Amino acid sequence: MLHPITPTHYLVLGAALLAIGTIGVLARRNIVIILMAIELILNAVNINLIAFSHHLRQVHGQVFAIFVITVAVAEAAVGLGILIALFRNRQTVEADEIDLLKW
Amino acid sequence: MWIDTLFFYLFALITLAGAVLTVTRRNAVHSAVSLILALIGVAGLFLLQKAEFLFAVQIVLYVGGIMVLFLFVIMLVNLDQAARLRQFNRQWWLALACVLAVAAEVIYVLRRGAAAFRYALPEERATAAGNVERVADVLFKEYLLPFELASVLLLAAIVGAVIMARKRT
Amino acid sequence: MNFLELIWLIPLFPLAGAVLMLLAGRKLDPQPPSEVAAAAGLAPQVEHGQAHPHPAFARSRSFISWLCPGTVLLSLIFSVGAVAQLAALPERVHQVVKFTWMAGLPFLTAAGAPARFTADWGFLLDPLSSVMILVVTGVGFIIHVYSIGYMGHEGGYYRFFGYMNLFVFFMLMLVLANNYLLMFVGWEGVGLCSYLLIGFYFHKKSAADAGKKAFVVNRVGDAGFILGMLLMFSVFGSVRFLDVNAALASGRFSAETAGFGVLSAIALLLFLGATGKSAQFPLYTWLPDAMEGPTPVSALIHAATMVTAGVYMVARSHLLFRLTPETSLIVAVIGAFTAILSASIALVQNDIKRVLAYSTVSQLGYMFMACGVGAYWVAIFHLYTHAFFKALLFLCSGSVIHALGGEQDMRRMGGLKNKIPVTYWTMVVGALAIAGIPGLAGFFSKDEILWQIYSSPHGSRLIYAVALLTAGMTAFYMWRLIFMTFHGAPRTDPHTLAHVHESPPVMTVPLVALAAGSVLAGWIGAPKLWAFLPEGFRLFEHWLGPALGAETVVHASSHAHDASTEWLLMCLSVAVALVGIALAHHFYVRRPERAAALRAAAGPLYTTLANKWYVDEIYDFLFVNGLGKGGGSALARFDNRIVDGGVNGAGWLTRLTSTLSIWWDTWIVDGAVRLTAFLVKAVSFPVRVLQTGSVQAYALVITLGAAAALAWYLMR
Repeated sequence: MLHPITPTHYLVLGAALLAIGTIGVLARRNIVIILMAIELILNAVNINLIAFSHHLRQVHGQVFAIFVITVAVAEAAVGLGILIALFRNRQTVEADEIDLLKW
Repeated sequence: MWIDTLFFYLFALITLAGAVLTVTRRNAVHSAVSLILALIGVAGLFLLQKAEFLFAVQIVLYVGGIMVLFLFVIMLVNLDQAARLRQFNRQWWLALACVLAVAAEVIYVLRRGAAAFRYALPEERATAAGNVERVADVLFKEYLLPFELASVLLLAAIVGAVIMARKRT
Repeated sequence: MNFLELIWLIPLFPLAGAVLMLLAGRKLDPQPPSEVAAAAGLAPQVEHGQAHPHPAFARSRSFISWLCPGTVLLSLIFSVGAVAQLAALPERVHQVVKFTWMAGLPFLTAAGAPARFTADWGFLLDPLSSVMILVVTGVGFIIHVYSIGYMGHEGGYYRFFGYMNLFVFFMLMLVLANNYLLMFVGWEGVGLCSYLLIGFYFHKKSAADAGKKAFVVNRVGDAGFILGMLLMFSVFGSVRFLDVNAALASGRFSAETAGFGVLSAIALLLFLGATGKSAQFPLYTWLPDAMEGPTPVSALIHAATMVTAGVYMVARSHLLFRLTPETSLIVAVIGAFTAILSASIALVQNDIKRVLAYSTVSQLGYMFMACGVGAYWVAIFHLYTHAFFKALLFLCSGSVIHALGGEQDMRRMGGLKNKIPVTYWTMVVGALAIAGIPGLAGFFSKDEILWQIYSSPHGSRLIYAVALLTAGMTAFYMWRLIFMTFHGAPRTDPHTLAHVHESPPVMTVPLVALAAGSVLAGWIGAPKLWAFLPEGFRLFEHWLGPALGAETVVHASSHAHDASTEWLLMCLSVAVALVGIALAHHFYVRRPERAAALRAAAGPLYTTLANKWYVDEIYDFLFVNGLGKGGGSALARFDNRIVDGGVNGAGWLTRLTSTLSIWWDTWIVDGAVRLTAFLVKAVSFPVRVLQTGSVQAYALVITLGAAAALAWYLMR
């Protein structure tokens, strides 16, 4: 068990986190939870980036992770703004009740 | 070293636990707190990887900024009633199967390709600069343009969020 | 003036008069108002003698009175001039062709040779047509003058003269034509004018019916004429008289002595036409009914001119008839039969005009008898003399009717001889002429006919006996008429009797003129037997004989029969006439009661004669009811079942095709459209269902796609 930690471990962790986050996006009805799950996915990406940054003894991965965080921030802010606007109009935050664009 | 391994599994456990809790809690606030937990775990992982700057940024920005924002919005949106409704939508089983498939494929790829990760590592340089200086150095030289663009992006996001969320009078 | 070149003008003068009358006559002759006519919207028709018009009308009428007889007079003058100039020609034939009417229609003759049909608007003046135009214009003019007085009190004065002028035009076209087709134009035209004039008092049903009857019966004959003309055309290739006569005289056709050939067919068909127009059996029934028309019409059309058109046509076709002895025999037999049939009916008629009508039929029979035995010039001679005395008799009867204020029944006449002397004496002259008293016109012509029947190689003793008997009957009924009308005690009612007056001079002068003609006209046809007369007295024979093949006409001097037989027969015919007159005198002057006794004794015979041998009733039964109604109902059935059935069938067919079309349109065409729409919907349904509107579903699909893509990459 106590193998030295290789980047593969981190990648597997990132993959697991990605899976959990995807489940959350696809299976939860509450939009707030969906947004949180999206954050999880982004964090999984960050883990991957940092793992390779460490493995390759560079900082480029970290710089890229900064940008990812920036984008995540922007996306969360705007997403929550949309959520508020949606709540005001539809009085609901359930994703499958927002289906006006169906056939 | 064994302590690295231990901390790795510890932080990994925290992250995974937090993640699982996030997507399964009925109460949105619980979900938010679980996400905080997961983010902290991720921060710990960053620290283990000697990415100190990012550890700090993760805590300050993600936890201190975004999660607070989430919590504010949760309060605004009044999710008490939503908590009484069904939590998982009708396609959850298909989503589960699909994701497991994806995850399995990825892990398979990783296992098979693990040998590819063993390539000559560059020398460990004992540089005087710490992590922050090195990040700043790359950030403001090579990635200056993306940096500026990121600030424009943030501006757009601010404006967008304000417009989306303000009250229409 | 070259009258010969201007013969085409002769018919046109009366045509101009007719056109003027029929276009502008209404304005020239304003009608006196009449309640009956105004109610029915008709021009007022005033029965003769029942009304006297406003004197103002007389002034506008005088224009018509001058114009219409004047046109006929002009034609007479031109005719006289033309004939005089014709006499001067070496060969007495003159043809003037104005223009070609039908030019060169190509066809095949019966012999298979190609020919071209041409018919001209051409006029032929030869001895035969010259006699005819003189008779038509001369007698026509006299009768027009008479009509001025007779019709002076009638409504429709302009119409009468218009139709009379039109009739003279057509009659002149008939006799002056140079081909059968143009003659047929005149033939039809006189039939039309006859119809118009018989039905002149059109508001009287009997008159209108009589006009229709005349026209329809004529039509039957006309059918024969047309067929004969067409057959002639297919045989000879032309319908011009000169062409046809030249072909016949050329010897190409042999005499059809053994049975019937194509020439006989032509001759018979033409004779059928003549039968209709000249009122011979079986197509004579229209002539007595035609007495419904005004008396001048009866005089002109049904005594002197139109009814003689048939005789003229047969005479014109004499070469044809000479080559077909069987047909000539039929002509003679029919003539004889008609003569004695109508004479027998005339014996018991009480209407003065009916007697004269049957007498006309009988005399026409004489003319056909003459044609039948080959004595064509004699037939024309009788036509010429008959025109004089028959017109005279009709006009005198008109004068009597006028004097009696419209009375036509002889049983209500009598004792008029001192009251209307001019009429009486002129009528006596006419009656003497028709009876065949020597010296008057009728004697010469009738006697010549009797002699020809007896002695001609184509004649027969039987026909002679019939003709002689008919002559006796003629004398009898004609003098019966005279005695009943003028002699004895008056049988008219006193009121009418008080108004009896002689006719005005405009009517009596024509009577006198015609009486003079009846006396003198015959003297140009004296028999060769009377050798004590110079040849000038045989002008007629010399004039017409050569034109009509007189070489076959028998003369006592050139045949086995000797002069004594001819003298004997002449005395016999005079004796028969005198016996007839004496009998009439006996029964109607001396012992009138004997007439009534004879009538009672002869009961059924009398009734049959009085009912005209029931011929009209038989015709009604056979043709009018049988063909008319039966044929009408057959045609109606045909129309309903077949014609309407066809129309209905077409309608049913249309509905059927439209139903099919509807089915096609609904199921096939629309079906294709609907199928397309259905297919689109069906195919799009699964795709549409994917559009759930749920973002998570889309995300799921993305994930699925990613899984699939990864799996694929791994497989490779």
